[in-house]
Amino acid sequence: MNYNGFQELAATNQWSAIWPELSMAGIGLLVLCLDLFLPSSRKRLIPLVAIFGQLALLAVLVMGCGCATESTGPLFGGMIESGPYTPYMRAFFVLSSTLVCYLGVSYLSRQNLPRSEFYLLTIFVSGAMMLLVQSSNFVMLFVSLETVTIGFYVLVSYCRYSPFSLEAGLKYLILGALSSAILLFGIVLLYGAASNPALAQSTTDSMNFAALGKFIAATPEEPLVLVGAVLVLCGICFKIGAVPFQIWVPDVYQGAPTPVTAFLAVSSKAAGFLVLMNLVAGPFAALSKLTVPLLSAIAIITILFGNITALGQRNVKRVIGLSGIAHAGYLLVGVVAMAVGVALAPWAIIFYLFAYLFASFAVFGVMVHLAGVEDEIQEIDHYQKLAERQPFLAGVLAIGLGSLAGIPPLAGFIGKLLLFIAAFQAELYTLLGAAIIGVVISVYYYFGWMREAFFIKPALPGDEARPSYPMPGAVGIIHKLTLGLLVVITVLMGLFQRGIFGG
Amino acid sequence: MFSDFTLLLLSIFIPLSAAVVLFFGKSLGNSGVRLISAIGFMLPAGIAVYLWMKFNAQENLIDGFAYVGGCDLGLRESVGITLLLGLNGISMPLFLLAGIVGLAAGIHAMYSQAERLHLYMGLLLVMQAGLMGVFCSIDIFFFYFFHELALIPTFIMIGLWGGEGRRAAAMEMTVYLTLGAMLSLLGLIALYGQTGWDTATGFSLIGLRDYFAHHTISEAVESNIFALLLFGFGILVSLFPFHSWAPRGYANAPTANAMLHAGVLKKFGLYGLVQIAAPLIPHGALAWNDWIVWLALGNILIIGFVTIAQSDLKLMIGYSSVMHMGYIFLGIATMSVVGIGGAVMLMFAHGISVALMFVLATAVFNRTGTYDMKAIGGLGPKAPVLAGFFVAASMASIGLPGFANFWGEFTIFIALWENHPWAVAPAVFGVVISAIYGLRAASNIFFGSQTKAFTDSLGHREIGDITLAERAPATILLVTLAFIGLWPMGISQSIQKAVEADPVYTHAPAKLAERDNAPAINIADTEASLPGGQSL
Repeated sequence: MNYNGFQELAATNQWSAIWPELSMAGIGLLVLCLDLFLPSSRKRLIPLVAIFGQLALLAVLVMGCGCATESTGPLFGGMIESGPYTPYMRAFFVLSSTLVCYLGVSYLSRQNLPRSEFYLLTIFVSGAMMLLVQSSNFVMLFVSLETVTIGFYVLVSYCRYSPFSLEAGLKYLILGALSSAILLFGIVLLYGAASNPALAQSTTDSMNFAALGKFIAATPEEPLVLVGAVLVLCGICFKIGAVPFQIWVPDVYQGAPTPVTAFLAVSSKAAGFLVLMNLVAGPFAALSKLTVPLLSAIAIITILFGNITALGQRNVKRVIGLSGIAHAGYLLVGVVAMAVGVALAPWAIIFYLFAYLFASFAVFGVMVHLAGVEDEIQEIDHYQKLAERQPFLAGVLAIGLGSLAGIPPLAGFIGKLLLFIAAFQAELYTLLGAAIIGVVISVYYYFGWMREAFFIKPALPGDEARPSYPMPGAVGIIHKLTLGLLVVITVLMGLFQRGIFGG
Repeated sequence: MFSDFTLLLLSIFIPLSAAVVLFFGKSLGNSGVRLISAIGFMLPAGIAVYLWMKFNAQENLIDGFAYVGGCDLGLRESVGITLLLGLNGISMPLFLLAGIVGLAAGIHAMYSQAERLHLYMGLLLVMQAGLMGVFCSIDIFFFYFFHELALIPTFIMIGLWGGEGRRAAAMEMTVYLTLGAMLSLLGLIALYGQTGWDTATGFSLIGLRDYFAHHTISEAVESNIFALLLFGFGILVSLFPFHSWAPRGYANAPTANAMLHAGVLKKFGLYGLVQIAAPLIPHGALAWNDWIVWLALGNILIIGFVTIAQSDLKLMIGYSSVMHMGYIFLGIATMSVVGIGGAVMLMFAHGISVALMFVLATAVFNRTGTYDMKAIGGLGPKAPVLAGFFVAASMASIGLPGFANFWGEFTIFIALWENHPWAVAPAVFGVVISAIYGLRAASNIFFGSQTKAFTDSLGHREIGDITLAERAPATILLVTLAFIGLWPMGISQSIQKAVEADPVYTHAPAKLAERDNAPAINIADTEASLPGGQSL
């Protein structure tokens, strides 16, 4: 940002353009102040403030989604630019953050952990994600990405008495720092290359996506640019958990508190994909000769790796983590299609992300309710006879998993269908083949999980020796309503798509 | 009172809403559950029969489809998906089949001893809704969608109410069928892709026919798409060697589920080949023609011998249903009016007769406590009516004149003689095979002397004859078989009209080039001629 940018910023008042992000920050600060000043007997109010504050914001955002939003152009001297997906992604992150806070209520009370910091961090991180997906400058991108990542370092190791959680936190810290370093290195290389006056279209504002895009379009063969772009993409691939940067996923997903696992699986991944979409369609648009084969290869390996490794898992949090890798693979297919230039692809990705949000939170809602005090040890065996003991939870689980597996008439199926059509339009036949194989494999573990919940297992010798898992009490009315709503939305999104994305 | 399109919609939504009521209807009690399921099964069957009776008198057909109507659920503009319903001469018999077999399976299930009857009936009704939807969908996306909708209950029903090997069978079947479904979905998307992603054509079969009639596509592309559809559908239809899920799945499935799956749902893939794949991409179909014939002979001969070797009655029926798929594939391979007509006729007949066999096998099991045919004997004198039904059903399944199966097999052989004369002999030999296992099953179970082991296992239990709850579905099915056997015109007329209207079948295989050069067929503008001026 140069001098003119500051001048322009001073002359115009652009803060109103990011009012949702500011409101998120406001809710977070309110939670912090309440924690300081409220007497401890009134602290029960804090989660209510966090959840209802975000719900109110969400309501305003959803009402705004229907209106046609014009792109406001670059804001804050080119730091931020809202695109056609911004309204949807704002609603996405606020919704996800609300649900994480909601899951946090029952989790935190069971674990006897400090309350308010959890909500605070979740809200700040979500606000940072909302900025991240709009950033049109590498400085902005990196600052908001680090805000997100540092928040997650704390959240992942939130359960500080649990060795699993601490181990997860340490792993996430080291690998997260590594990925940030790689990303930063890539950014610096691009910055250096683009500021070189000897090259065509060199620019003084080389952190800016638009200026950088022009430069790259003029010199797409420059080796520094290629290396820089690859490093930036690798840094993002860490965040979405794509192979070969997926090593942290199973351990971190297992060790993190379940609501945080949900937060990582849904919001963090979605933010990574939106950044990837912005990059692929923005500054790296001229590099499709590089991005298409690179991301295609990553997508194929990611789909196969995620699905095959999930097959052998017995811990449900690891299953969700590894299957989440597979979902990242399917979404990468969409990103590749977008890089090729298919207009349907970005909408397919966003639909898929929403379907993934509703289905995942339905499953996580069931998991949080069933988890004992030892949150990390949630085995598939715990789900035995769930249908007999708690038919409602079993039904929610079936619909959530069915949607993740992509079974019609659920939302996940339409998401996959749109992605497949987009891939077809981009003529990515190899990727389609890999995706099909992945879907078939995934049916085995998703349905295997459902089978555990629904089918009565014939008694085997030695069964008596095994400990039986105590079932938690009945499901409260609020939890029933929330899960019921998630399930209904999942079914409705599978049947009617009218009105979503402006028709 | 209702427009015919509304009737089609109702035939899907009545079972679906009955199912939703039943899922939450734990407190209804068995009689309440039976009442609601009776409504859920009888009304679609009634609608199917009503529409069938007035089908031949229909005028204003849109590309051969009657009762057409549609509505947009939100994906039309982006990817060209519309809920478009209607029936033509090929889908009408299968729609009727779904109604009749559904009714029989419903009655059988209502009086079965299943625990948690409300859930059992609810799942069966979801399946019924999917089946009605499959055959009246003109939009090929919804054709696929309804198939999947009918498939999910199968997994749950096998797992909850299935036989001994249910856990493994349910998983095997689900994974296998997902593979088939995914391949065929890719094939269907590829068909839409050939139009250059024109959302006005979209997934509508009418639009696609119009497009493919006016545009030539390279033979290699046609062949690739056809391969996707052939093997995708083939897995779903248990084409040899992708059949292993079928007998095990049926053996472990609860009876009503097996009736609907083997009888109706499995016809999805065959219907897809006859109605969608072969007419749209005939060059692809011809390129794979020899494959179809050889694999179909594998179904008939290899699986035929495997069937003879079975001693478990339910497994035998499962294998025999795999075997009979071979004849239908042969009929499709001929690509001629007679052959395709025979194939559709046999689909209808086989659907009824295999459902009937499952009813009777369960009746035998309820009396003897075993499916092992070698352990049973001399049941005939104790249950003469059951024996009569069983012998008649075996005769029908073998293909004796007087039953609908005969017309199907007979016409397929005639068509085969013109196209692949060398395949007629092995195919006819298949009839001998089915006679061997069919008659042997009847004689083992009902005739001869009672084995000692069987007598001992019975103890002092009395064996009664077929009960009303078993007799009603068996009668519905047997009467339908005999009715169409004696008056094949009932469905063959509409089939013939539809098949003859298709230039692919009248010209294939020898004169396909002639069709390609023939002047384009003028198909009415579908948008304008929809009843009531509905906008899609």
